[in-house]
Amino acid sequence: MEKRATFSNLWLAAAFIAPQMLLVFVFFYWPTGEALYWAVTLEPPFGGSNEWVGWLNFETVFSDPKYWNSVRISIAFAGLATVLSLVIAAMLALFVDRRLPGHQLYKFTFFLPYALAAPSVGLAFRFIFSPDAGFVSAINRVWPNLWNPALDGWDAFLLIVFAQSWKMVGYNFIFFLAALQSIPRSVTEAGAMDGASVLRRMWDIQLPLIAPTLFFLVIINITDSFVDSFGIVDVTTSGGPARATDLMVYKIYFDGFEGKDYSLAAAQSIVLMLLIIALTFIQFRFVERRIHYS
Amino acid sequence: MIERTPLLDLFTHLLLLASFVALLIPFWIVFVAASHDFHTVNQVPMPLWPGDSFFENMAVAWERGNFGRVMLNSLIVAGGVTLGKIVLAALSAFSIVYFKYRLRMVMFWLIFITLMLPLEVRIVPTYAVAADALRPFQSMIDLFGIGINLPEWNLLNSYSGLILPLVATATGTFLYRQFFLTVPDELAEAAKMDGAGAVRFFLEVLLPLSRTNMAALATIMFVWSWNQYLWPLLVVTDHQNFATATMQLQKLIPGPLFGEPPVWNIAMAANLIVLAPPVLVTILLQRWFVRGLMVTEK
Repeated sequence: MEKRATFSNLWLAAAFIAPQMLLVFVFFYWPTGEALYWAVTLEPPFGGSNEWVGWLNFETVFSDPKYWNSVRISIAFAGLATVLSLVIAAMLALFVDRRLPGHQLYKFTFFLPYALAAPSVGLAFRFIFSPDAGFVSAINRVWPNLWNPALDGWDAFLLIVFAQSWKMVGYNFIFFLAALQSIPRSVTEAGAMDGASVLRRMWDIQLPLIAPTLFFLVIINITDSFVDSFGIVDVTTSGGPARATDLMVYKIYFDGFEGKDYSLAAAQSIVLMLLIIALTFIQFRFVERRIHYS
Repeated sequence: MIERTPLLDLFTHLLLLASFVALLIPFWIVFVAASHDFHTVNQVPMPLWPGDSFFENMAVAWERGNFGRVMLNSLIVAGGVTLGKIVLAALSAFSIVYFKYRLRMVMFWLIFITLMLPLEVRIVPTYAVAADALRPFQSMIDLFGIGINLPEWNLLNSYSGLILPLVATATGTFLYRQFFLTVPDELAEAAKMDGAGAVRFFLEVLLPLSRTNMAALATIMFVWSWNQYLWPLLVVTDHQNFATATMQLQKLIPGPLFGEPPVWNIAMAANLIVLAPPVLVTILLQRWFVRGLMVTEK
């Protein structure tokens, strides 16, 4: 799309875009390029400039069972948290959209969890799900040692899944509700005239019509679970117990800043970048399609 | 709809009410825990009704987390990021949409690509740049063999280090661009005919028209930057002076070291302090927040 009327003072155009380009260059392109450089070089132990080592860093990363453990956990985490929060959010949006008396209250409260910082969510859930105080600990009274995220990896994993999906339910809810409200009333009314019940209309008319939103949210949720989960993990489990919640971003942080191994962290960053870029490409393709057909 | 479905209506009400409780109960539990004394909060099962130590706990948490200073820091950072994004994004989008030059689309794509990689993913190299923000230029100068030595500009432990990298993304630029493209051409034509230059048109026609979008973007950006965690954690080592609110949560985690029971009531009180500003903003400016979510993700 082009503007018919444009201005011709190119110095002004350059001055307007310069600050943004400067920031983007210093804090985006340079670091990204440097990550690529570090990923294929190694810093010699006694100083001096980096040595070219080719794929060595990647080979080190890929031959490390701890890395694959982290990948497995990240994928399981992304999948489980995404499915959980999307299913709940879609169900809530469908029923709120029936617009029975009182639906405004839900509309204005369900998105609240999304306003919280990830470490806030983490801290709250750490208390609620703590084994010896808080809300869930009561079940340990009935069945001793049933729940202990500090010792049991599976429990810890569930804990961060719950925290992440709780945070994202509100976000997904907003998008589902907006999508449902943009469906023309006449479509659902036609369904009602043909004798389709409320639930039948949800399943056969409304859900298929919000499928594009669902797809878009799947991508957003997966990306968010890769990126924003750091705060949750850091506050609740610190990657433990025994690396049961060692998500990829957390491992990068740990190898890079605690282990001081920039090359190893850079190689892992590159892999994660490629993953996120792939997801974003899928999303762009879809956004394009939505613009064409709507 | 017109049909009567009493059973399903009852089910709907029950389901929504149950979800309402389930979704908001974490807030309630945090509040209740923050209002009990040390012994009551560690009881199993925990009480579900607030106690009477709320203000006492808040005072202790405020003190222990150094929140007087820290909240101010968070406010400065969130305000700086919000302001920076609104201004820079408007300027760059104006340049891309309303001027014709050959590199226009290149610039657009250069900015647009930054949407793909969030800060968390490229955290290690960005940190290295923040340690000396002029290093990219120094390396380029060295590459051309010119013997100029730039001074070192260390961004660690500074407000600019906390703010600038968070401003360097495309969220706002893209939003403004989409909006500017919908502004009728006639407005710019009329402005030009009346002899207004680019700056005048930008300030007096475009900006007033973009007020809605600015408000939405500002709300989102404020909440987003207030909630940043990983970046401040790395950039700040001088915790006394530059720690942000979210960073304090990690420190207040009650570790059961030496067999001591954790001090949950203080931790939860601190959590309330940290989560209050973004939650208040989203409640009070809800219209803008929801709008901002919808427009920034498209």
